[in-house]
Parts: sequence; C-alpha cells; structure tokens
Amino acid sequence: MGITVVDVTKKFEGFVALEDVSVVIPEGSLTALLGPSGSGKSTLLRVIAGLEEPDRGQVLLGDVDVTHRPARARGVGMVFQHYAAFKHMTVWENVAFGLRIRKRPRAEIAKRVHELLELVQLEGLAKRYPAQLSGGQRQRMALARALAVDPEVLLLDEPFGALDARVRKELRAWLLRLHDEVHVTTIIVTHDQEEAMEVAGQIVLLSHGRVEQVGTPRELYESPASEFVMSFVGPVNRIGDTFVRPRDLTLELAPDGDAREAMVERVVHLGFEVRVELVREDGQHLLAQLTQEEAEALGLERGLIVYVRPSRETVFTR
Amino acid sequence: MIGKWALRLGALGYLAFLLLVPVGLVFYRTFEHSFHPAWAAVTNPQALHALWLTLLIAAIAVPLNTLFGVTLAIALVRHRFPGRELVNAIVDLPLALSPVVVGLSLYLLYGTSGWLSGLADHGIKILFALPGMILATIFVSLPFVVREVVPVLREIGTDQEQAAETLGAAPLTVFRRITLPAIRWAVCYGVVLTTARAIGEFGAVSIVSGRIEGKTETLPLYVQSQFEGFNTTGAFAASVVLALIAATTVMAMRLFRPKGEA
Repeated sequence: MGITVVDVTKKFEGFVALEDVSVVIPEGSLTALLGPSGSGKSTLLRVIAGLEEPDRGQVLLGDVDVTHRPARARGVGMVFQHYAAFKHMTVWENVAFGLRIRKRPRAEIAKRVHELLELVQLEGLAKRYPAQLSGGQRQRMALARALAVDPEVLLLDEPFGALDARVRKELRAWLLRLHDEVHVTTIIVTHDQEEAMEVAGQIVLLSHGRVEQVGTPRELYESPASEFVMSFVGPVNRIGDTFVRPRDLTLELAPDGDAREAMVERVVHLGFEVRVELVREDGQHLLAQLTQEEAEALGLERGLIVYVRPSRETVFTR
Repeated sequence: MIGKWALRLGALGYLAFLLLVPVGLVFYRTFEHSFHPAWAAVTNPQALHALWLTLLIAAIAVPLNTLFGVTLAIALVRHRFPGRELVNAIVDLPLALSPVVVGLSLYLLYGTSGWLSGLADHGIKILFALPGMILATIFVSLPFVVREVVPVLREIGTDQEQAAETLGAAPLTVFRRITLPAIRWAVCYGVVLTTARAIGEFGAVSIVSGRIEGKTETLPLYVQSQFEGFNTTGAFAASVVLALIAATTVMAMRLFRPKGEA
C-alpha cells in the first residue's frame, strides 16, 4: 500500500521536528528516509506509524486518511533501533504476539510463526529468550514479529544502527532479499548514506525538518539539488563556489592547459580504490579517487607534483 | 587486610548492638518463664482482636496503595501533566513527615470542629473507628509502591509498549501483556514494603483510633497498652508476633529483590 504524507508539521516544545513535509511513497517500494541526526527522519516515520500525531497535515495509507487513527489500527509493522524485544517472552511468543491478541486459531498461529522463524532463520531458537540472542538475531526476531500480522507497510527505524559493521552488511543484503520476496511497502530510516544507497530504490533526504530532495540513489549522487545534498550523499571537494566529486578530478603528470599544479600529500590504498590527498599551490586541499590502475600508471607517491583538472563540476545558484 | 576486618567487625557490631541485641532480648524475656504464659498472652481475646484488626487494616490499605501506586507511577513516568513535579514531591511527604503529625492532621480534618466533622452527623464515623485508622495507614504507607515502580518504568522505556501498540494491542492489553510483566518484581517489592509499614504503624493510628481496647486497638497499640499496664509478658509476647511478621516480610523482600543488588 502506498503512503502519502501531505504538509506535515510537528513541533516538540518549541523545537520544529518537521516543517511542511510532503512525501509520496509508491506501493511496494523500499524507501530510505536519510538525514543527519535531528533532521526529523525518525519523527516522520513515527508520524506515519501513528506513534506521534502531527500538529498539521495528513497521512494517507492507500487513499485512506489515517492522520487521527491510533497506531494499533493502522496495519503497520514497525522495527525499532534497540529491538524493543518483549524481554519476558520467548522468541516464539514474541513473533506470535500480534496473532495471539487477534485471537487467531492456535493451529494457524503455530503455522505462521513457524514460517516466519524459517524466513528469518531462527527456527532452532524459538524457545530462547531475547537476552540469549545476539543483536542481529534479536533484530531478525523483531522483523518476524512485525511481519506476522501481515502489515500493509513495514517501518524500520535505524534497524541496523546498534549492530556491528559486519552484521549490518549481512542484514542489509538479507533485507533486500526479503523485500524481493515479500514485496511489502517498506521505509527504512538511516543516517548512513551508504546504507540508504545500498538498499533503497528511493531516497528522501531530510535536513532540519524539511525535505531536501527525493530521488533514486543515482539521481541524488549525480544531480544533487543543493549543496547539502551534494555533500551528504558522498565525499566532495569545495573549491570556492564550485563542488567537485573526488572521482571527477583528473590527475596528469604534465602541465596541460587549465590544469592546476598540486602536490601529493598522502596516498591511501583501499583495494580497488585509491584515495589521494593533494594540496594545490594556493593551499587548497583536494581529495581525488582513482582506480588502482590509474594510480599505478601515474606512479603516485608522497611529494610528487601532478596537474589537476575537474572533469565535471557543480555550481549551486543561491 | 586489617582495615577490611575492622570494617566488617564495625558494621556487624553496630548492627548487633543497635538491632540484634534489643530484639533478641525481647525474644528472651518473652520465653523466660516457659512458653505457656507467652502463648496465653497472645491468644487472649483482646490480643487476637488486635492482631485481626492489624491484618484487616493491612489487607485494605495495601491493595489500595498498590493500585494507586502503579497508576501514579505510570502517570509520573509516561505522561506530562501540569503539576507533575509537585505531585512527585508530595508522594514523598509521608516518608519525611512524622506519623504523629499525620494522625493530628486527620484528627483536625475529621474531629468535632474539623472541616469534615459533618460526616459524623450523617452516621459516618471516621475518627476513633476503622475508617480513620485505614486512612492513616494508607497515608503513611503510600510512597513505597510508587518509589519502587518509577525507576523500573523509566529503565524499560516505551519501546516495548510502542511495539505492542503497532502490533494491534489496545492500551489495556499493552498494560496487561507488556508493562505489568516488566514491572512485576518492583510491584512485589513495593507491596512487601507497604505491608511492613502498614503492620508496624503506631503514631498516626495511635491518634486517630482513640485506642479503645478490643475495638480500635491494633497490635502495636496493644503492645504499648500492655507495657503501660505493667503486663510485660503480654507486651513482649505481642512484640514477638510483630517481630515474626517483620522477619517474614524481610525474607519476602530478599526473595523479590532483583539479583545483583546488595
């Protein structure tokens, strides 16, 4: 089911968390709400879930206005950053919770919980308590619990934020596969632009309670609408009023037309990618990204003088 | 090494001198002249009535304070309302206020010239009767459940409750299935403390009860009246009953105390 947010404003004791936010989230999509902390992304998710009521504006699920409907009647599944596991219940009871309070027949509950535990690969741990699980296992349990009630939309609030980098990567890949299988409209809140770009088909970038840009990861990277977007979705060099991605800097050994002289300060090898820190003769620091082959061809090393030219640059009109 | 032993000895000596010796002495004096006089002293009708009254008051005051305590704790932690800080402070008042003052204030309120003295004209007797004693007991034992439950509610946060809500649980279901199981040990601990306080209460009840023998005399009041009447065996025997109830309560406390706490 698609989600439409119209002109939503939400204030907390003088602090404006959301200001006239309008977003359309297509049915079946996986959308990321991306932004730095305090940008309002979690508040927006909680407004959609029904856990916060907006001061102004509307929330529509499909074409039904649910603005004043309590969370329990919205048919959303939610996953929280710190798992929100029911500590006094086993994994099985956690997943069965939504079905049990709906008073579904026992056999149906048993079958559904079994299916879900299989889906999240926790079949063997049904009788364990949350305290006996790892962070990644707890979060998969929370996902199964949210999916148990067949939600119209799935809302994930920084779901991998409390996990270590390796588990986070695994779960991201797993979430993508899950979304391909289940196809439920999903929103994931994250402050990590790499995470958003990796999992989401659409990104809503927020800053200070406002929508900065909505688009595919590629659109945000290739044609950012503002300085903020440009610098948030990837590394960037700022030279006066122009912005250049490190990938768009061309390095040459011989002077060539408008190329500027610069000295290599540091070369960082990250496998296939090589990052080069440069300082221009006027003191401007630059970051360049090259492939390993390119770096080797140039014979880059500390102290080498090169000639730098942006192959593509962006200027924002104010 | 010596410092550690000195510390232990100091702590134990302090406890022994101030607590164990006096209480032990009461036990000793009670059974000094064999078991029978003591048994007779606590099984006479006046003593049995006092015991019954003490338990009755606790049986009414404790559930009421438990209900009120849990409700107030949830209100204080989960809701923002005007005067919240004031309520939070007032809850602690019975801990700081001398019970005699509590008794006196109830006396002033319901007494012959008090604001609510009119109740007596309608046949509702508060002072020198069970209702007044229950009110006094509720007052002095009010803070315990609230104070035990508030920090636990803060610690568990709202995530679990909100997760249950998104899964379709109505507020009452959330309370019954999520909140209550999470705070149950704190509630039990609070109930134990409330019970101990209710059973031991002397000062406030002493004033509002009027101390009518066989009618409004609780066990602590009975101990006092026997002692004043030079019936030391009766006073000591009843004290032992109170001490045994206290010991049971303390054991229950240890049972409910979350692991890892001193």
